[in-house]
Amino acid sequence: MASTIKPAKDLNAVRALIKKHKKNDRLFSVIGIFVIAALAIALLVLFLDLVIDGYPKMNLEFFSNFPSRKAEGAGILSAWVGSALVLTVTFFVAVPMGVAAGIYLEEYAKKGWFSDLIEINVANLAGVPSIIYGLLALGLFVYEFGLGTSILTAGLTLSLLMLPIVIVSTREAIRAIPVHIREAAYAVGATKWQVTLHHVLQYAMGGVLTGIIIGMARAIGETAPVITIGALTFIAFLPPAPVSEVMPFINFNWLDAGFTVLPIQMFNWISRPEHAFHINAAATGAVIIILTLLMNGLAIRLRYSIRKKIKW
Amino acid sequence: MGKQNEIIKAESKNFDFHYADGTHALKNINLPLYEKKITALIGPSGCGKSTFLRSFNRMHDLYPGNKYDGEIILHPDNTNILHTKVDPIEVRMRISMVFQKPNPFPKSIYENVAYGLRVRGENNKRLLDEKVEEALKGASLWNEVKDRLQDLAYNLSGGQQQRLCIARALATDPEIMLFDEPTSALDPIATVNIEELMSELKKKLTILIVTHNMQQAARISDYTAYMYLGEMIEFDETDTIFTKPSKRETEDYITGKFG
Repeated sequence: MASTIKPAKDLNAVRALIKKHKKNDRLFSVIGIFVIAALAIALLVLFLDLVIDGYPKMNLEFFSNFPSRKAEGAGILSAWVGSALVLTVTFFVAVPMGVAAGIYLEEYAKKGWFSDLIEINVANLAGVPSIIYGLLALGLFVYEFGLGTSILTAGLTLSLLMLPIVIVSTREAIRAIPVHIREAAYAVGATKWQVTLHHVLQYAMGGVLTGIIIGMARAIGETAPVITIGALTFIAFLPPAPVSEVMPFINFNWLDAGFTVLPIQMFNWISRPEHAFHINAAATGAVIIILTLLMNGLAIRLRYSIRKKIKW
Repeated sequence: MGKQNEIIKAESKNFDFHYADGTHALKNINLPLYEKKITALIGPSGCGKSTFLRSFNRMHDLYPGNKYDGEIILHPDNTNILHTKVDPIEVRMRISMVFQKPNPFPKSIYENVAYGLRVRGENNKRLLDEKVEEALKGASLWNEVKDRLQDLAYNLSGGQQQRLCIARALATDPEIMLFDEPTSALDPIATVNIEELMSELKKKLTILIVTHNMQQAARISDYTAYMYLGEMIEFDETDTIFTKPSKRETEDYITGKFG
């Protein structure tokens, strides 16, 4: 009986149509691969160029020497210590404030035109050019509050930059928590704060941490706002150590100290005429890129390991 | 309606409900819940039965703009649980709920069951252990999970997850338990398990269940209410509703001519 069934007349037409449509699939794949490759190659070339140029300087002394008039002996000790201390301040200011603001806006604030307005503005703040933050910090922290050009001022300035990133990522992470999980918590008699603390914050942690690290990675490379507040470009001393052997073991004098950071050190060396300093600049650039990549890698890693434990 | 010797555990009186968008979802609902009985709410989709169920633990308070009118009185203390002066959290501590889709927290089996007690400030390890065991036994899940209480809850099957949610709702000794289509996401065997469990639970507490499945209502409930378009069409003993309903609409729905 089967032999009596004839193929539909237009079977060939259907096949031709499918073939034609699949051409678009292939076309888009090719364009996609081309774009991705262009981006990846550009980054790789840039990075390799810095590494190759800076390779002669990549040794321990580069990290343990102060900058110097002689390019051969110059290092980035004051710059990386400065970057580390500034980022410490940034972290302790931006993280609690940003996470708290995100939680408040998402969980507690009444939804309406006012919260919409705040939301739009926070999102916009993330895109404001960083030099504007520098000018704000110069007027507010340096002159108005009299904090001077200190590690504290730089940390606060960069935390302004980082805040919107943390707030936005906190809110997005909270929004991803399904309604039925929230309702389950409320249904057993939990208060809003209990739901926030025991559920919302814990399940949102992956997204929040990602936002924090991406924000820090952005802050580490920022140059313009730190120059605007008047950071020094040549520093041959370290701030007072935060920890000491005598009571009370921890001090905050370092907050007040002058400083420089990695990108400024790099900028300074680039503007020198001698080629030897350009090698130093390349090496510093490679250090900054490696730090940024490491931080982004950590963010991906953390998000993955936290999400693995959470399924709805 | 209702046998004379039954005790009323809760009753709604002239209850109206409006959603924030103005939808008049429930109109003048009067319904008694008899103590240690299962009352089933049936009716076509969108008739307001879930809305009604969720009013019993003030779930609608989570979303601004929803409005209750009338009363739901909880006995024996005659508390109107809809009154603005009654804290919804107090209501949820007395009346617990099991949802349509199993919704365990992404935490361990133990923590899921213990959460209601933790919320009440209970941190005594021995007492928590006892209560968790009791609740899991009450939800006939103990034998399947007793060796892996620290496993994550989502490693359980769908039916086990739903029984875990029942254990979570049971651990706090509620007076009434609400079930919002608890078996609609489960396979037939898991459904039978949950139904048997409910018949067991009603020895201890009062149950209100929303179900899409009329056979389920007929199998497990003592009383049935038929709702349509936000109104209570008929309420009676389940046998009466399914054999000789007094309203034409109820009969049409039961016999499948409509809905």
